[in-house]
Amino acid sequence: MPYLLIAPVVLVLAAILGYPIYYLVRLSLQRYDLFALLQHHGTYVGLENFTDVLRDPVFQHTLVRTIVFTVANVGLTMVLGTLIALLLVRISTWVRILLTTGLVLVWAMPPVVAVQVWSWITNSENGVLNYVLTELHVGNYFQHNWYETPFWQLTMVTTLIVWGAIPFVAITVYAALSQVPHELVEAAQIDGARSWRVFKDVTMPVIMPVLLILTSLSIIWDFGVFTQPYLLIGQGHQDPTNYLMSVYLYIEGYTKTEFGRGAAISILMLAIVAALSVVYIRRMLRAGDEA
Amino acid sequence: MRRRRLGWDALGLVLFAALVFPVFWMISTALKSNDQIYSFNPVWFPRHPTLSHFSDAIHRPYFWTDVKNSVIVVIVTVALALVLAFFAALALAKYRFTGRKLFIVLVIGIQMLPPAGLIIPLYILLGDVPVLGINLVNTLAGVILVYLTFALPFCVWTLRGFLLGIPKDLEEAAMVDGSTRLGAFVRILLPLVAPGLVATSVFAFILSWNEYIFATTLLHDGKTQTITVWLSYLYGGNRFVDWGQIMAASTLIAIPVVIFFLLVQRRIAFGLTAGAVRG
Repeated sequence: MPYLLIAPVVLVLAAILGYPIYYLVRLSLQRYDLFALLQHHGTYVGLENFTDVLRDPVFQHTLVRTIVFTVANVGLTMVLGTLIALLLVRISTWVRILLTTGLVLVWAMPPVVAVQVWSWITNSENGVLNYVLTELHVGNYFQHNWYETPFWQLTMVTTLIVWGAIPFVAITVYAALSQVPHELVEAAQIDGARSWRVFKDVTMPVIMPVLLILTSLSIIWDFGVFTQPYLLIGQGHQDPTNYLMSVYLYIEGYTKTEFGRGAAISILMLAIVAALSVVYIRRMLRAGDEA
Repeated sequence: MRRRRLGWDALGLVLFAALVFPVFWMISTALKSNDQIYSFNPVWFPRHPTLSHFSDAIHRPYFWTDVKNSVIVVIVTVALALVLAFFAALALAKYRFTGRKLFIVLVIGIQMLPPAGLIIPLYILLGDVPVLGINLVNTLAGVILVYLTFALPFCVWTLRGFLLGIPKDLEEAAMVDGSTRLGAFVRILLPLVAPGLVATSVFAFILSWNEYIFATTLLHDGKTQTITVWLSYLYGGNRFVDWGQIMAASTLIAIPVVIFFLLVQRRIAFGLTAGAVRG
């Protein structure tokens, strides 16, 4: 009976996910370009695509850049999200409702919409960001171009991603904080523990599992992020100096119709993400067993 | 103590303003006339709000066609995902069977796959579907199939959580009354799991409405595009960027998501970390 129930899902997943992954492996061992696509037939080249990609400095730089980018994004998201969650515990009810509503509103923004809003705010001609920074005397930002260098392009992508990711972290951590026993916090405070000590020794252990899951989820998401960098930096402005992994893969493999090479990059990327996912999956499995 | 809370409240309000500002600015720009949008000193609140940008946006080529495409994709994906996922979730929640663990790993693991990693094989395979020999590139059916794979795992996992919450006694009580397992399921389980079904379908809705990378790769022209891809092209190549229109269109596309999101936000957070927070 249970097999009958899961059969449809298994079949669908096998057909539209299992087979493509098998096909991806086959593809990665072939030279498969546009011509091959039309012929429906590639040439077997063994591991050539992999050795090519691994030796390619663009791949190496992209990998390092993506790791740095991921660390920065996840770090900022987790720290800011947790701080906001801690703040939510301390504020009056009406401010909490207001702030939570704001968080949900931000959370709900579709990524493509958020990209458009960011382009408008950071626009060099009429963007409100330049105006505000100039008015606040942070410096002269009149017609400042925020997308001048790869570093700044990716910094702007970071602000966009962190803004969009904070709500999920803040709201989830806030939910976890409600599990922290009140008496324990008060007892610690009466004992004269400083707020940092209370946080570290009482609060942290309780919310740790949640923080771990959120961190691993964020790592996996940010490592594979595509829509925001691709659209915010602009399709025409993607080049080896600002590639993130997904964008690199998309342009090298799909746009340039080097499907075999793209398949090799895909497999390398999937392998990295799979390794990163182990922690998360093991946690979720344990949760699944308890239930 | 009271003094301190006032300080936190003030900080909370500042944060609220900062977080919500981009959303506010989107709506405010959409409602302003062009001279206010492009004035040197920004006009914070629209004076004499106008809907002209909205009407420009919805009269652009393909707006309604692409909204229709998105709606079709969303409805079919949600319906299929819900039905298929429900039975699988039932199996996971109510039975122990060999391969159960493997199936769970699969369900969680698939959600971790970066979509970009699957673009190439899916593009080629959908262009010439094995066995069937048809071309699904540039059709909504192709996109729906792809979305289904990404919606299914989440739906299975979330629904399983809801089904677990239903006490076994209830089910058994129904069976004692002489009904079959199926009868028990329909009369007792279904009403109880309804909120779960709503939450799950809203998630699948948002996922397919927002999706960009597969839609832009698999759908090649205005007639077959989804509304998200339509919006991404709005920047255009012109020297003059019509920000009022872009913000109006953005607002329109965000509205359905915001509405549905507010309905089920708690449950989505629950689904992603289910089990982690349990006391």
